[in-house]
Amino acid sequence: MPHILLRHRDIPDIKNIEVYKQNGGFESLKKAVTTLQPKQVVEEVKASGLRGRGGAGFPTGVKWSFLPDNLWPHYVVCNADESEPGTFKDREIMTYNPYQFLEGVAIACYAVGATEGYIYLRGEFYPIAEQLDACLAEMEKQGYLGDKLFGTETSIRLKTHLGAGAYICGEETALLESIEGKRGQPRLRPPFPAVVGLYGKPTVINNVETLTNLPYIIEHGAAGFRQNGTEKSPGVKIFSLSGNVANPGNYELPLGTTFRELIFTHGGGIPNGRKLRAIMPAGASSSIIRVDDAVFDKVMDTPMDYENVQSVGSMLGSASVILIDDTHTMDWVINKTIHFFKHESCGKCTPCRDGNYWMLHLTERIHAGQASAQDVKLLDSVAAQVYGKCLCALGDFSTMAVRTAIERFPEDFEKVKA
Amino acid sequence: MAKLINLTINGTPVTVPAGTLVVDAAKKIGIDIPVFCYHPKMEPVGMCRQCLVEIGRPMVDRATGQPVLNEDGSPKLQFMPKLETACTNPVSEGMAVFTETAKAKSGQKEILELLLTSHPLDCPVCDKGGECPLQNLTMEHAADESRFIFDEKHRAEKHVPLGDLIFLDRERCIQCARCIRFQDIIAGEPVLGFYQRGRNTDIVTYGEPGFDSIFSGNTSDICPVGALTTADFRFGARPWELKQAASVCSQCPVGCNVTFNVRREAKAGGGYVIKRVMPRQNEQVNEIWMCDKGRFAGYQYTEAESRLMATPAGLDAAVGQAVAKLVESQSETVFLASGRLANEDLFTLKQLAAALHAKTYLYTQHGGGEFTTAYGLTSGADLGALGKGDTVLVAASDLYNEAPLWHLRLKAAAQRGATLIVAAARATKLDEFASFVVRYAYGDEVATIQALPAKDKIGEAIKNANNLMIFYGSDGLGLAGTTALAQSCAELFSISPVSQLTGSPVSQSASFPVEQLTGKPEDRTTEQPEDRTTEQPENRTTRKSNTGLIGVWSTPNQQGALEMGFRPAENLAAELAGKTVYVIAADPAGDDPALAEALKAAKTVIAQDILTTKTVKLADVVLPAAAFTEREGTYTNGERRVQRFYPAVPTRPGTKADFALLAEVAKGCGIALEGRSPLLVMNRLSTAEPAFSGVSYETLSQPAEQWPLIGRSDLYYGGTSYENKLGLGVTLALQPKADRQSSTVSGLRPKENEFLAVPVTKLYDLGATVAPAKLLSAHIERSAVAALHPVTVEKLGLGAGDQLSVEINGAQFTFRAALDASISTGVVLIPRSMGLAISAPALVKLHAAEKA
Repeated sequence: MPHILLRHRDIPDIKNIEVYKQNGGFESLKKAVTTLQPKQVVEEVKASGLRGRGGAGFPTGVKWSFLPDNLWPHYVVCNADESEPGTFKDREIMTYNPYQFLEGVAIACYAVGATEGYIYLRGEFYPIAEQLDACLAEMEKQGYLGDKLFGTETSIRLKTHLGAGAYICGEETALLESIEGKRGQPRLRPPFPAVVGLYGKPTVINNVETLTNLPYIIEHGAAGFRQNGTEKSPGVKIFSLSGNVANPGNYELPLGTTFRELIFTHGGGIPNGRKLRAIMPAGASSSIIRVDDAVFDKVMDTPMDYENVQSVGSMLGSASVILIDDTHTMDWVINKTIHFFKHESCGKCTPCRDGNYWMLHLTERIHAGQASAQDVKLLDSVAAQVYGKCLCALGDFSTMAVRTAIERFPEDFEKVKA
Repeated sequence: MAKLINLTINGTPVTVPAGTLVVDAAKKIGIDIPVFCYHPKMEPVGMCRQCLVEIGRPMVDRATGQPVLNEDGSPKLQFMPKLETACTNPVSEGMAVFTETAKAKSGQKEILELLLTSHPLDCPVCDKGGECPLQNLTMEHAADESRFIFDEKHRAEKHVPLGDLIFLDRERCIQCARCIRFQDIIAGEPVLGFYQRGRNTDIVTYGEPGFDSIFSGNTSDICPVGALTTADFRFGARPWELKQAASVCSQCPVGCNVTFNVRREAKAGGGYVIKRVMPRQNEQVNEIWMCDKGRFAGYQYTEAESRLMATPAGLDAAVGQAVAKLVESQSETVFLASGRLANEDLFTLKQLAAALHAKTYLYTQHGGGEFTTAYGLTSGADLGALGKGDTVLVAASDLYNEAPLWHLRLKAAAQRGATLIVAAARATKLDEFASFVVRYAYGDEVATIQALPAKDKIGEAIKNANNLMIFYGSDGLGLAGTTALAQSCAELFSISPVSQLTGSPVSQSASFPVEQLTGKPEDRTTEQPEDRTTEQPENRTTRKSNTGLIGVWSTPNQQGALEMGFRPAENLAAELAGKTVYVIAADPAGDDPALAEALKAAKTVIAQDILTTKTVKLADVVLPAAAFTEREGTYTNGERRVQRFYPAVPTRPGTKADFALLAEVAKGCGIALEGRSPLLVMNRLSTAEPAFSGVSYETLSQPAEQWPLIGRSDLYYGGTSYENKLGLGVTLALQPKADRQSSTVSGLRPKENEFLAVPVTKLYDLGATVAPAKLLSAHIERSAVAALHPVTVEKLGLGAGDQLSVEINGAQFTFRAALDASISTGVVLIPRSMGLAISAPALVKLHAAEKA
C-alpha cells in the first residue's frame, strides 16, 4: 500500500515543489478553497473521524467547530514541538514531505477562517524551520499562499516560530505563550484556546501529523480516509518504533495494527535473541506495559488504536513505541524518565516542580541500590501525590512510568538496601 | 448589579455576586482555604495548587436541560475526578464546595509537603517567622514529620540584593509569582521576572538600578514566605516583639494609612523605637499598599540627629520668651504655618492669631486651594470606584513622583475603563495608562485647560462624564501659576453636567443627592456609559460623589489648613519686614534666600519645629515640637478625608505637640485655648469650622468591614498589611464656592542665552522629611538631576550625566544633566528641594560646569 503521510518513501524528491505538484500537490487546497465552503471542510473532517495525532486523540473536526463565529480573527497553530522522548515522526514529515504538511496547515486555515497560521517548532528543529521557510516562500511565489488564492478572496499566510528548547512548549497553552514572546508556561484552563487562544483570539492547535492528513481527506473524502483504521480510530498512524528492536524507525500503518505486526513484521523483532520485557507505547509519558509469558500473546494481539491500548493498561498517545528487553530493569527506566521530567518541569506549579525533584532523588538512590524498601513505597507515594494536582497534563504524565513500573515490575525494586 | 449566585461551602449556604471565586466566597463566611499564589487583589493563576478542594456541580440532563435529582429530590452533584483549585473556579448556581473532606485535606497536606521539600526551614533566623503564611499553614495543615531527606534539599543563594531596598533569599522562595504579578499588574513597573525553570526557577530583576520601582516594599508584604525582606527591617526584630501604632503617612497628600511597628530597645534606654512602617488597610485611600518613600522615609526624619530638644525648664523659658515677644507685638505679628501641621495645631494657631488680631499665612507655593474647598471631593468619594463613564483629568502633575498612590489608583481606574486625560508639559509615568495625553509648553497651562472642552473626544469625555475628577499639581508652576490653573480646572465643572451646582453653602451640602455607588464592585462593572442616555435630566445635574477638584499638595495636611481658611501670601517677603514672625513647621529661610533676607529684616523670629532648619538657626526664640510619631492628631488628605494618627513612641524630653505649645503660648498671652488633648481641640474645631461639622475622634475611629479581609490571623490571604481597626476617617462637607478671580499669569519668555527654569517635584529629594532616610540616599542622588531636551544638552556641549551649571540671579548651582525629549529646547527642569531655590518659573543661564 502506498504511503499516505510518508509519501516521500514512495516518491523521492517530493520535497521539491514541482515533484509535489506533479503528484497532485495543492489540488486539495485548490479544491477546498474554490469548491467548498469552510463549513463543508469542517464537516468533511468531522465525518472522516480524524483524531489528533499529538497524543490526546481528540476528534479534529469537533475541535475546529468549537471556534466561536463572533470573535475574530481566528488563528491556526501547528504544534511542531515534537519533544516526547521516542517520538520522531513529525520531524520526518516536515523534513521529507513538507509541502503536504504545509498544504494541510493551509486547508485548516481555510476551514476555520484563519488568514494566519503559525508553525511552532522546537528550538532544535532550526534546520527544518529554515527549510520550511524556503517552502513557504516558494508556495507564496507560486500562489499557494498569500492573497486571492486561486482567484478567490481567500488569504492565507503561514509563519514558522522556533521555541528555545523546552518540552513544556509542546503543551498547547505554553506553546501559545511562547509564540506571544512570553515565558513558556501553561495557562489556566478554561478559557480554552478555541475561545481565548493566541493573542486572546480563537485558536485551533493541531499536531503536524494531524494536519498532514488533511490533503488526503479532501482528495479522497471522509469515506476514502476511513478505508484505513478502525471505526473509532480511522486512518493511518505513524508509529515511531525505538528501543530494543532490530529495525527502529517510523512505520506508517493503519490504526488498529497489532503490536505483533509492528514489532515483529515491521520492526524485525528483538535483537540478540533477548526477550521483550516492557513496552512504553507513548514515550516517556507512558504507563509501562508489562510483557511476560503470561500476557505476551494478549499484548501482542492488542490493536494499537485509541481504545484498545487502554485494555493493556496504557495509552496510545503519540504512538512512540519504546521497547525494553530483559537486559534492563524498570528502576533504570524510571530514573531516566524522571531525570527528563525533572529537567523539563517548567516550575510553574508546585507538584511538578518539587515532586519531580524529589522523585529524581529517590529514583537515583533506588537505581544505585542505595535505597530502602521504604524509599520505593515513598517514591510511589510521591508519584501518587503529584498525580492529579498539577496545572497541566505534563505534570501528571511524569508519574505514569513511575507508578506502573513499581506496580507491574515489583521484582525490579527488590534489590534495595535491607 | 451583578447576578447573585447561591452555593454551599461545607454545607453553609452563601450568596455572592456572579464572578466571585470560590476561595473568596469561602472567606466571606469565615472558611479558610489555604492559598499561596492567589491574592485577592490580583487575578488568579492557579500555580501553587494549595487551595485544592472538592467541587460538586448540579448535574443537568443533556437531553432535557433539567437538573438531575437524587431520590430524595435534592439535586444530584457531579464531581470532577481530580481535586479543583478554589482560587481559579468562579462560583456557580447550586455549587457545593467541600474544603474539609478527607480527599481535600489530603490534597492540601500533600502540596504543603511538596513545598516544604524545597524550603530551607530556617524559620528561627527568618524575618518572616512569626508572621509567615508558610509557617502558619504548615502548622495548620501539614504533616508533623517530613519524609524528605534534608541533605537532598535544593540549595540556592541567600541575601541577594534585588535593589538596595529589597533582599531575596532564593532558597525560601516558593515561586508563587506574587511579587512579579504585583509589579506587572498593580504597580505597572514590570521589573521582576522568573529565570530558569523547574526547581531552579529564580526571581530576577534586570536593569540598572536593580528592582527599579517605587512600590517595591509591597512585594515583601505579600510574599508568603521570607524570600523578600526589606533592607530596613531584615534582621531588625522578630514580629512577635512588635507592637502596633496606627498612623497616617506624612509624606504626601494621599495620607496612606500605615502602622508603625515598635518595640522596646536598649539603645532607647528601654523605650520604644519604631522598627518599620507597614501599610494599614483603607480601601478608599491606599487599599493595602504604600510607596517606598512612605515606607523607607516615613518616620526616619523624626529620629534625625537634627531633632530639636530642650530640657523641660528650657522649654518653659522658650515659651516665656515667645509670650513676651507676642505680648509686645500683638497684631504686628505674622504667623506662618505649613501643611505639615495637624488640624488641631492649625486650629489652635488660628484662634491664637485671631485673638492677637495677627495675620496668618499658609506657607506653600501651591495655590488655588480655595477652589478645592468648594469643588473638592466629598463623602462617598473613592478612587477605587472610578470606572467606565467616569473621566479623570490630571493637570500639571507628575503623580508618580508627587503622590504615588494616586498614580497607582488612577492607573487602575483607567484600566477599569475610566477616561484618563493627562495634561502635562512633559512625559510622565501616567501617560502610559492615559486615554489622552495633552502636551503643552510650560507657561501654557491655563490656556491648555481652557481649550480642553473644545477638543472633540476630550471635550466629550469631560462633558459627558458620570463623574469628573480633576487633579491639579504644580509641575513647573509657582503660586500664581497654580492658582490660575486651579481656577481653570474648577471652571471645567461648569461645563460638565455632573456638577451644575448652585453656590450652595455648607449647611445645604448634606442635601445633595449623592449617589451611593461606591464600594460595590458590581456597580462599577455594570454601569455602562450608554446608561446615561436613559437617565432623567435632573439626575444629570446632581453632583456625583466621585466628582471634585484635588490639589496635589506637597504636605500631608495642606487641605486641612485650607479648609480652616489659611491662605498663602502673594508676596510673602514683603509681609515679614519689621514684624514679629512666628514660623511653625516651615523653613522659609532654607527654601529661599530671599525669604531668609526677609526674616533677617523681621523684628523678631520665633521658630517652632521638630528639626534644626536654617529658619531655626536665625530665630530669636526656638520652640521644639513633638513629631507626628510621638503624638495624636489628624490630617486632612487631598481627598478631604480627615484621618487620625496615634502616638507610636513617647514624646522627646522638652518637646510638646504643636497645639500644646501654641496653647501654652496663648495662655501666657492671656488667651485661654484648649491644649490638654487633641481630642478636645477637635471637639472645638468641629463646632467652629463648618467644614468639620460632625467630625469627632469617635467618628474618625469608626472601623468598617473592608474587602478583602486582610491582616487577621489569615496572613496567607492578603499579606502582612495591617487590618484597619482604628477608623477609615471622615470626608469633609463642601464649603461655599470661592469668588472667581480674574487672575492672569504672564508667562516668562526667555531671551537669547536664557532658559526657562521650571520647578518639578521628585519623589526622593533633599527635603527635611526625606533626606534623613539613609537607605534612600542613592535614590535621592539619582533624582538630583536637571533635565533638558537632548538637543539642548548637545548644544551646551554636554552629555547625559555631565555636570551642568545653572546660573540664577547671579548664584551658581550644579546639577547632573538628564535628558527629557518631551520638553521644549528652551526649558530646564529643576528639581524642588535639591539645593536650588526655585519656587516659580524663572529665567536662568546654563553652561557646562567647570571640571573640578
